[in-house]
Amino acid sequence: MNKIISIKDLSFYYGDFEALKHINLDVTKNEVLAFIGPSGCGKSTLLRILNRMSDLAESPRVKGTITFNEQDIFTMDTIELRKKVGMVFQKPNPFPMSIYDNIAYGPRMQGIKKKAELDEIVEDSLKKAAIWDEVKDKLRKNAISVSGGQQQRICIARSIAMRPEVLLMDEPTSALDPISTSKIEDLISELKKQYTIVIVTHNMQQAARISDRTAFFLLGELVEVDDTQTIFNLPKHKKTEDYITGRFG
Amino acid sequence: MQVKYKDKITFTVLICISLITIGMLLWILGYIFLKGFGNIDLVKLVPPIIATLYMVVIGLGIAAPIGIGAAIYLNEYAKGGRFVRGIRFATESLAAVPSILFGLFGMMFFLTSLKLGFSILSGALTISMMVLPTLVKTTEEALKTVPVSYREGSLALGASKFATISRVVLPNALPGILTGVVLGTGRIVGETAAIYLTAGTMYRLPASPLESGRTLSVHLYLLAKEGISFEEAYGTALILLLVILILNLFTYFIGSKLNKSRVK
Repeated sequence: MNKIISIKDLSFYYGDFEALKHINLDVTKNEVLAFIGPSGCGKSTLLRILNRMSDLAESPRVKGTITFNEQDIFTMDTIELRKKVGMVFQKPNPFPMSIYDNIAYGPRMQGIKKKAELDEIVEDSLKKAAIWDEVKDKLRKNAISVSGGQQQRICIARSIAMRPEVLLMDEPTSALDPISTSKIEDLISELKKQYTIVIVTHNMQQAARISDRTAFFLLGELVEVDDTQTIFNLPKHKKTEDYITGRFG
Repeated sequence: MQVKYKDKITFTVLICISLITIGMLLWILGYIFLKGFGNIDLVKLVPPIIATLYMVVIGLGIAAPIGIGAAIYLNEYAKGGRFVRGIRFATESLAAVPSILFGLFGMMFFLTSLKLGFSILSGALTISMMVLPTLVKTTEEALKTVPVSYREGSLALGASKFATISRVVLPNALPGILTGVVLGTGRIVGETAAIYLTAGTMYRLPASPLESGRTLSVHLYLLAKEGISFEEAYGTALILLLVILILNLFTYFIGSKLNKSRVK
C-alpha cells in the first residue's frame, strides 16, 4: 500500500469541544476514500484539517500527527500544503470573475504570466473537469452566470489547475440536481486515475457508487474503515450497520 | 374583507410617507434651483470651487488609505479582543463628536502647535479625522458582504492571505467602499464649522494647500450670515449641489470602470 496521507492519534478541539477523538487513518494513493456519518460527527472537520483550512476556525487545537508524503502537515507551510492538497466545497464558490480568470487564479498566484502557458493550463484543467465543451466559447463570461453544476465543475477545474496530488471534496454534490450530481460522480471516477480523492458525503448511495474505501464516523470517533463493499455489505460494527440501514442518522 | 381593508390603508399610508420623503427633497432642490439659477456668477465662484476640490482631494487622500486600511485590519486580520474593541469604540466615538469640536481641536493643534496657520492643509487634516469613522464603518460593512466562501476558495488554492484580500476580497467590496468615499465627499463638501475654524475664509484662488481658502460651504455661510447677498448665496448653493452631484457621479464612474475591467 502506498500511503499518501497518514493520520495518527489525531484529536481536534474547537475551544473546549473535542470534535475528533484519537483518529487513526491512512489514505492510499489514487483511491477514493469516502467519509460518512451523521451531521456533527466530525467528518467535515477532519477533511478541513487535511489541508489545514481548520486553521481558520475559532481557537482550533490539534493533538496527534498527520503526515502528507512523510511530511508533518502541521509544520509545513500552509501555502505549500494547499497547493498539493486541493479542496472543493459544498456550495460551488467560483470567484465572480471570468471563467478563464477563475482557473488561472492559482497559476497566476504562482507567478505564471505567459499567456500561452496559462491558456494551456486553463484548457487542460477544464478538459479534465469534463466541462471544456460546455464553456469553451464563453471563457470570458462571468463564472457565476453558469449553472450550479457547471460552477462546481469549474471549481474542480480551478483546483486541478494547481496540479494537486490530493483533492478534498466536502459534500460536493449536496447543492446540485441529480443530473449535475451524476456528472460530478462520473468525473470523480475519472479523476482518481490521477489524483487521490477524499470525499465527505451525506448520501450513502453516493459513497457506495464512487468510493473504494469508506470510513464511518460517529460523535467524533472513527468507528470503522474498510473497503466500501465490506462496509455496505458486511459491516463489523453494529453502529455502522444501524447507520447504513437507516436506523438513525 | 376586513384584512383586505387594513392592507389597503397600510399601503396608502406608506405611499404617502414615501411621497413626503421624495417631496421634501424635490422641494428643497426645486427651491434652490429656482432661486439660484439666475444668480450664478461662475467667475466669482471659481476660488471657492477650487478650494473645495482641494479640500476633497487632500482630505480623502489622507482619510481613505487610513480608513480603508483600518477596516481591512479590523475585519480580516484582527481576531477580536480588547485592542480591537478599543479601536471600534474609538471610531464610534469619533463619529459622535460634534464638528465644531474637531474645528477647535484643529485650530489648537494644526494651526497653533504645528504652525500650519489658516490653510487648506489644516482644514483637510481636520476634516480627514471627521470622515475617518464613516470610511472605516462603510468599508467594514462592505468587506462583510464578501462571502466567506470566496476567501476559503482562494486560501484553499494556496493563495496567501494578502493575495486573497487584494485579489478577491477588495475587488468585491469595491462598490461598498466607494459608497463610503461618496459619503465622505459629501461630508467634506458640506462641512462648514470645522473648516471655517481651520482653513479660514480667504477669498482668493489658492496657489497651494498651504494657503488659506474659502470652500463653497463657508462662502455660502458668510454670504448668508453677513447678509452680503442672498441672491449670490442661492447661486452658491446651487453650485454646491452640482459639485456634490458631479463628484458622486465621478466616483461611481470610476467604480464601474474598475468593475468592467475585472469581468467581461
